[in-house]
Amino acid sequence: MGLVLLVAIWLITFISAYFFMAKTWWLPAGASAAAAGIDHHFATTYFLMGIVFVVSQVALGYFAWRYRDRGPAIRQALYSHGNNRLEIIWTLLTLVLFVGLNFMSSSIWASERFRPAVSDAVQVEVTGMQFAWYFRYPGPDGKFGATKPELQDPSSGGEGAIGLDTSDPAAKDDFVTGTMYVPVNREIDVILRAEDVIHSFFVPSMRFKQDAVPGLAIHMHFTPIATGDYEIACSQLCGLGHYKMHGILRVVSQEEFDKWAAAQEAGKQ
Amino acid sequence: MATGEFAAHAVHAHAAPTSWIRKYVFSLDHKVIGIQYFFLALTAVFVGMFLSLLMRIHLIWPAAALPLLGEIKPETYLTLLTMHGTIMVFFVLTTAPQGGFGNYFLPIQIGAPDMAFPVLNMLSFWVTALAFFVMIAAFFVVGGAPLHGWTGYPPLSALPSAGPGEGLGADLWVISIALFCLGALMSALNFITTTLDMRARGMTLMRMPLTCWAWFITAILGLLAFGVLLSAGILLLLDRNAGTSFFVPLVTINGQLTGHKGGSPLLWQHLFWFFGHPEVYIAILPAMGLCSQLLSVFSRKPIFGYKAMVYAMLSIGFLGFMVWGHHMFMSGMSPYTAFAFSVMTMAIGVPSAIKTFNWLGTIWRGRIRFTSPMLFALGFVSLFISGGISGPFLAQPVLDIQLHDTYFVVGHFHLIMGVASIFGIFAATYYWFPKMFGRMMSESMAHWHFFITLIGTYAIFMPMHYLGMAAHLRRYSQLTELKYLHGLVPLQEFMTYAAFITIAGQFIFLFNLFWSMKFGQKASDNPWEATTLEWTTATPPPHDNFGGHIPVVYNGPYEYSVPGAPRDFIMQTDPAIVKAH
Repeated sequence: MGLVLLVAIWLITFISAYFFMAKTWWLPAGASAAAAGIDHHFATTYFLMGIVFVVSQVALGYFAWRYRDRGPAIRQALYSHGNNRLEIIWTLLTLVLFVGLNFMSSSIWASERFRPAVSDAVQVEVTGMQFAWYFRYPGPDGKFGATKPELQDPSSGGEGAIGLDTSDPAAKDDFVTGTMYVPVNREIDVILRAEDVIHSFFVPSMRFKQDAVPGLAIHMHFTPIATGDYEIACSQLCGLGHYKMHGILRVVSQEEFDKWAAAQEAGKQ
Repeated sequence: MATGEFAAHAVHAHAAPTSWIRKYVFSLDHKVIGIQYFFLALTAVFVGMFLSLLMRIHLIWPAAALPLLGEIKPETYLTLLTMHGTIMVFFVLTTAPQGGFGNYFLPIQIGAPDMAFPVLNMLSFWVTALAFFVMIAAFFVVGGAPLHGWTGYPPLSALPSAGPGEGLGADLWVISIALFCLGALMSALNFITTTLDMRARGMTLMRMPLTCWAWFITAILGLLAFGVLLSAGILLLLDRNAGTSFFVPLVTINGQLTGHKGGSPLLWQHLFWFFGHPEVYIAILPAMGLCSQLLSVFSRKPIFGYKAMVYAMLSIGFLGFMVWGHHMFMSGMSPYTAFAFSVMTMAIGVPSAIKTFNWLGTIWRGRIRFTSPMLFALGFVSLFISGGISGPFLAQPVLDIQLHDTYFVVGHFHLIMGVASIFGIFAATYYWFPKMFGRMMSESMAHWHFFITLIGTYAIFMPMHYLGMAAHLRRYSQLTELKYLHGLVPLQEFMTYAAFITIAGQFIFLFNLFWSMKFGQKASDNPWEATTLEWTTATPPPHDNFGGHIPVVYNGPYEYSVPGAPRDFIMQTDPAIVKAH
């Protein structure tokens, strides 16, 4: 029985570890400035935790087989209540490993979340509602106009869906789209809002995720470094259509972005 | 005998009931109540498992028409996951290890005739049972059961117009949880008082089996955590029905104003996770205590580092109240607090690692008997390592950006909080069944059950980590909309097939349980040659547990293979032996 258990535990361990090491399923390719640092720390954590995983499972399987009962004549069990020095050693080792990992990653977290976006960042207001994302740009004046909940009408789409108050002068040049356009290699200052329930704005390739909470306007920033289309998903359960609340982040060159923004502005007139 | 320190026993003693109702239904006997909790959890676990089966079927055959149930709609899928999670966390993982086995064996293991408050004990069971019926009733009301997930984040859970099932079904869901909290609070008081006041002479705290320490610490966590959830539940009920706005700011649903303003959705998350994280330990601590016990019994070796184990459990319990924010890294909470919660969370990994090392140290140089409880205890250790190792990923906010709300999280908590705890429940069942029902369970059926469950659960939950890395979000009822999910469907199919086999394996357990009650081999008083007090009394134990006398304890609980002793175990009540060290 000890041998069967050893084989079962070792097989589970090696098969699981194989798929991790072969990267059969892995993070989507990163396309933001922060991705490389995050992925590197991910790989570091993987490496260290992977060793702990394999070593402890292999030891468990081996001990179970090695110390199986073969009758008292062959071997007695050791009468021991433990070893304080060992306890101290492995307590300190795990403390250093776990808290050390934590401090290694804290600088990435700080650069992502402790500082606000740079002053010339491209501003995009993202509004989540059951079950769509809308993206608002402030227009040439660089200012977002007011929105009012009582004006929100999802069936009208665009400006109507987010309840834009057209009587506000700052709102005149705001435009709202269903696809998120951003220029490459510029920092994007995302302002996250939600109208009804909590949603979460997730762009896997950008290593970007943040809840959009009703009542809050949350600022978060990222810098795309490769042009292309990237999928946006909702990652917080928001109701029956949660699975279909998705969108596209389109990263284009600065010229293309300017042209596109001008066309949106022209379309409004 | 009812003098001095034993006065408490005499006060709490009660005569054996004679009527059928007082004996088997409204019983004051902790053993009957323990069995009632056990069967409540057994019913709940099969309901919860059936719901998960429907989810697995829907994920890979979304258009399948099932017999009697028809096609599962996307919103029904969300209902299934909500009810699966709620039923499993509350009515299985909290109910069986503590209410079931704790109730039955805590008094016996510390040498008491019953719990400190038998009437309160009966009440806590029946309130819990009522909570379960209310929860199940949510399926049958207009609109059906809620779809807001087991975490019930408002505003989704607070507004009837936010989705199907958010009407009466959601009210019943909240009421059920509030009732459950009441039952759990009463039970926690009882466990704490019993442990502190009812121990037999010689049963010092540091002579208690680790099972008793685990139940004791779990009860303290329950006392502190369930009160907070109860308050949160009441506030949510008020938001839903009395027009208050504790959790709901000014929002519109489909363009309609809801009449709420000024509330904070994050307040619910803080209150919920202040309960929710200790709840993880409420589910796993009893399994930790039990598996420590079993590894020692069946390795015929003292537990490695008894004191370290006690201190590790105490620090897990203490730190467990300081880490709730790690569920909220992406919630909009201040990023500075995320850093603090992250450090505390990494720190709680330390006592967990200590326990794992001590388990390995316990079987090292033992003489291992591969009985069915021992197999499940070893399986528990394996699952605890596998489920624990993904913790340090999620505990770091930087990595949580990518992994939060993906299947990586689902794989993590299922392995450690779900399956590892369930292995603890299985181990407890195989270990104590002989004492509870007077017969042995079939070992060969148990071995089949063990290997199918071990390999099957790994096959279901390990691939979830791969899905999560590939950014597969949880709570997605259809995999058709996001393009990057399409390539992951084969892995989902594999998991569903694994679920079929694993679930089939659980019927071996069910059959073994009932078959052995009737046809199992008769059990002796101490079939496992273990040292603790439950094995000194008759099988099954008499109404007052020890047949009119109260045991006196001379030894610690883990005196195995003591050099020079006549046999390889020394009972806790054995006065003749002076300890060798």
